Amino acid sequence: MGQQRITRAECAHVAALARLALTDEELDRFTGQLDELLDHVAEVEALDVESLPPTMHALPIVNLLRPDTPGEVLDRDEVLAQAPFAEEGQFRVPPVLGEAP
Amino acid sequence: MTAVEIATAVRSGQRSARSVVDEYLGAIADGDDDVHAFNLVTAAQARAQADEIDAAVAAGRDPGPLAGVPVALKDNLCTRGVPTTCSSRILEGWAPPYDATVVEQLRRAGAVTVGKTNMDEFAMGSSTENSAFGPTRNPCDPSRVPGGSSGGSAAAVAAGFAPVALGSDTGGSIRQPAALCGVVGVKPTYGLVSRYGLVAFASSLDQIGPFTATVADSAAVLDVISGPDSRDSTSIGDAQPPVSDTLGDGVDGLRVGVLSELSGDGIATDVAARLQAAVGALETAGARVAQASVPAAVYGLSAYYLISPAEASSNLARYDGVRYGLRVDAASTPDMNTATRSTGFGDEVKRRIMIGTYALSAGYYDAYYGKAQKVRTLIINDFASVWEQFDLLVSPTSPTTAFSLGERTADPMAMYMSDVCTVPVNLTGQAAMSVPYGVGDDGLPVGVQIMAPALGEAVMFRAAAVLEASLP
Repeated sequence: MGQQRITRAECAHVAALARLALTDEELDRFTGQLDELLDHVAEVEALDVESLPPTMHALPIVNLLRPDTPGEVLDRDEVLAQAPFAEEGQFRVPPVLGEAP
Repeated sequence: MTAVEIATAVRSGQRSARSVVDEYLGAIADGDDDVHAFNLVTAAQARAQADEIDAAVAAGRDPGPLAGVPVALKDNLCTRGVPTTCSSRILEGWAPPYDATVVEQLRRAGAVTVGKTNMDEFAMGSSTENSAFGPTRNPCDPSRVPGGSSGGSAAAVAAGFAPVALGSDTGGSIRQPAALCGVVGVKPTYGLVSRYGLVAFASSLDQIGPFTATVADSAAVLDVISGPDSRDSTSIGDAQPPVSDTLGDGVDGLRVGVLSELSGDGIATDVAARLQAAVGALETAGARVAQASVPAAVYGLSAYYLISPAEASSNLARYDGVRYGLRVDAASTPDMNTATRSTGFGDEVKRRIMIGTYALSAGYYDAYYGKAQKVRTLIINDFASVWEQFDLLVSPTSPTTAFSLGERTADPMAMYMSDVCTVPVNLTGQAAMSVPYGVGDDGLPVGVQIMAPALGEAVMFRAAAVLEASLP
């Protein structure tokens, strides 16, 4: 294995970006495992692919469009019935910014 | 009985759909405590569906090409009003408000859905050990894994709990468990089968396909579930001719390449020997076989383990405690999001989300994700030149037979290597399938992978039928 590719601090930063709270034990373990994976995938670094276009999608399908007319939609009550909290036809969440109203 | 035989018997009134489904529900009740193929068995719903089929037959209506055929569904396929968990705690208690397109298609064809099968959480894994509900065991040997991520579906067919199961294949999740359990598994061309209602893992790679005991049964199921769908913007717009129609056309004169990069280093000798036997059978049937080289295929695993986690990290951002399933409450929404995700996701899902988030983050995007997308182009180009010389390619499906439970759980890299033969085809969008071809030194099943260019299913199935017929 070469140099360390991801540090514990970087791993913690990535977890925060992904809205994951990790325990110290998880952070230690994941740092080592991510480092090992990054070390393996680093084999692509040596490939000269600069002149190639990136592939986002394997088949040449572009912008499949349909007529702009209303179709069938999901039933709102059925959808909201599956949410952890719903009220007055809407999803309910804790305060996003500052105090609850 | 095969699925085709069941449908024939039910359509002609020789057998009732109810008696068929009762037989399979009985097999599940007797055997699934040991296998754990199912997360949920929908017995009452299955009996009601079967009764409708029998009523249609009695009334002189044709109930469809899969009349009375019991089908098990991987638990990432949405079923209206029936829990769909992805084997994750984060979807606890969630019952989708709609059916996946494939579920609608199957029911319209007369199939009877019997339950939801266990899987690696969100289809991330190669052994079905990453399930919040415990592992599935390989029906051929309960000390071994069934493969994954669609291990429950493969095990259900192998154990005789259902003649048909559906799975999803992002990097081999249909083909590898099919190989390890000794059944047929198909990853259709990307876009051939609608993904509407398949819970997304890596959207540019995911594809739904069948597991069955026979090649003809997989063909019959594929013919029902393939076709355009306006609800999936990546579905291929033109309907394809049924593969069942040309199943018996043989391989005489077909050019078959043995894919060197996936058939040499790292392949167990007993698995390699079974591939050689399969190649011999194709030659005997008139195929012209030669070595084929796709040099960039060796980079498939690296490209895959950057691209698929990147797409997953984006797709799984939706599990935030707001719209579905689990919520772990906290004083603010951001804290609630974090508490919910940290509690609801298992280790492997967290790892993949973190790899993906890292590969997409500022400063690393070009080096990892951007580079992987270009390597994907390189792999596609390399395959394109090989398709000028060959109609089909073959390789082992998995480098080894089924490994033991727990053997690779502590070492994610070792687990990821299980996918080395299967991931290239997901990156290219091509068709591929695994056909059981005898057993290895340990007596466990070996699968041979047949690969075809995009929309090459008809030719691929012809070769699969030849292999199946060549077995004693």
